[in-house]
Amino acid sequence: MAKTLLSVEGLAVEFDTRDGVARVIDDLSISLAEGETLGIVGESGCGKSMTALSIMGLVPIPPGRIAAGRIFLDDEDLLQASEARMREVRGNEISMIFQEPMTSLNPVYSIGNQIAETARLHEGLSRADAFQRALEMLVAVGIPAADKRIHEFPHQMSGGMRQRVMIAMALACQPRVLIADEPTTALDVTVQAQIFDLLNDLKDRTGTAIIMITHDMGAIAEMAQRVVVMYAGRVVEQADVDQILTDPRHPYTQGLIRCVPHLTQNPTKERPPLLEIPGVVPPLTQLGSGCPFAPRCQYADAQCRAEMPPTKAIDDGHTVACWLTEREAAA
Amino acid sequence: MSDSESTTQAGPPPADMDEIFVEHPFRQFVAMYFRNYAAVAGLLVFVTIVGAALFAPMILDLDPFEMVDEPLLRPGEGGHLLGTDNLGRDLFIAIVYGARVTMAVGGAAAGITLFIGLTIGAMAGFYRGWVDEVLMRVTEFFQVLPPLLLAMVLVALFSPTLETVAISIGVVSWTGVARLARAEFLRLREQEFVKAARSIGARDRRIIWLVIMPNALPPLIVNAALTVGIAILFEAALSFLGLSDPNVMSWGKLIGDNRDYLLDAPWTVTFPGVAIFLTVLAMSLIGDGLTDAFNPKLRER
Repeated sequence: MAKTLLSVEGLAVEFDTRDGVARVIDDLSISLAEGETLGIVGESGCGKSMTALSIMGLVPIPPGRIAAGRIFLDDEDLLQASEARMREVRGNEISMIFQEPMTSLNPVYSIGNQIAETARLHEGLSRADAFQRALEMLVAVGIPAADKRIHEFPHQMSGGMRQRVMIAMALACQPRVLIADEPTTALDVTVQAQIFDLLNDLKDRTGTAIIMITHDMGAIAEMAQRVVVMYAGRVVEQADVDQILTDPRHPYTQGLIRCVPHLTQNPTKERPPLLEIPGVVPPLTQLGSGCPFAPRCQYADAQCRAEMPPTKAIDDGHTVACWLTEREAAA
Repeated sequence: MSDSESTTQAGPPPADMDEIFVEHPFRQFVAMYFRNYAAVAGLLVFVTIVGAALFAPMILDLDPFEMVDEPLLRPGEGGHLLGTDNLGRDLFIAIVYGARVTMAVGGAAAGITLFIGLTIGAMAGFYRGWVDEVLMRVTEFFQVLPPLLLAMVLVALFSPTLETVAISIGVVSWTGVARLARAEFLRLREQEFVKAARSIGARDRRIIWLVIMPNALPPLIVNAALTVGIAILFEAALSFLGLSDPNVMSWGKLIGDNRDYLLDAPWTVTFPGVAIFLTVLAMSLIGDGLTDAFNPKLRER
């Protein structure tokens, strides 16, 4: 396996809220190898975006607080790094693209200006050189007539084009890690596929490792090599993408996979009812001592509600935190 | 999947880097401004007044305080375009010279207003928390003081020079700008593009002035233009009350000096009043045009 590039060890993030302390991330450990795409899946409020912000060092403090853990980029603990060092890291070594391409670009600057900005900030390029870099990036992300569109403003572009511009911005300094926070959620399906292709293509060419945050199992199947399933701020299952898709062990993972509609030849007759996971993610201030998924889990029993399941390795690189697996293994 | 759009073929690179800068956004800005005819009219009035203020004294080389004829001549009488005032001074020359003072004080006061207001509003809205609390309490303190009274006290306390007048006006009128800037910053700091700017490693100073500020400007620009107008009115009020430098001619002073003759010689106060009105109106129209020009959504290719 390739060398580990980024690793998160035992991360815990807490937020002070009116209802008490919410532990939005609890004992999270993930690692990202060079050139790898790691998928992080889960519903809204599972701590996926917070994981990304923690890595970027952008958790709003206060009300947030990093309660425990370490985040290593190579051998450097980013949580101990100074703010000045973090500014160097952001955009230069770790970049991020956001969910909403419509609002992630500054409306008052031309897109060329915004892409050039990253290069000028980190590499001290002259205005002309930075523009040249911006142009190259726009060509690389497949913007047609890039030499004309470089002067356009965000409102003159479609959502898919803007997301391409965001990607160009994020990759302008050839970062080693790209965090994509639901990059296609706001886009049309056809455009989604284009963005996936683009990301895969750029990854192959530049070797940038990608952390892909999504709630869409289809996107995971398309993009990721490894998958981390998060629920209520915890990792409930982690495995290679094939294992997750063919042999999901955690009831939550199984539920997420069942939620993806399948295309069938004759929709009216063969279409099975689309399954859902009942309920919603519980408020994080009200988690009891048991498995956080227990209230929504069809297999939950007394033990699930009382005790937190330990994380257990069941296969090479496949870990699950569920009492069911635990009991199976014991039996 | 067919993906004709995402070809990675490079278009022909521009032969010359200058080509890239040809369509500068400033051109679009100017084009948008000139599409607003009222704003163009405002700009013309403004340029005329500023031009007169700047150049007329250079060319004419007259003393506006000189008593040239009988007092209170009607407009046109004795060759005086706008007549004479209570001391027999040529009203037209007085207004032209007064424009200098009015413009200088108005502009300086508006500048001070904007500087204080923007800085305090931006800090409060961007950092929130205790910074916001402290700055907003200070702002409220200044808001509850009657502005004209405070300005009068300040001018009376210090010497009645033009500098004091400009600073006093700035000190009493920045609160509105501060609140407006704060509101804009509170709204804009939560925008995704601010998060995106952070994620490429921008520091606070850059985010405040280069990322958020240009987005906060449209309402503030309008406000700035109006602020110039208000500062001019303020200056007029202060000199009307005799609280300005008595050795320089200004429109407010003209009205103040001639207020006793309002019924006998109404033109002596009307013409300076019209000058003030036109200038303030021009600033307001300019503000309008600037809003249009600053809004990239109104630009078309």
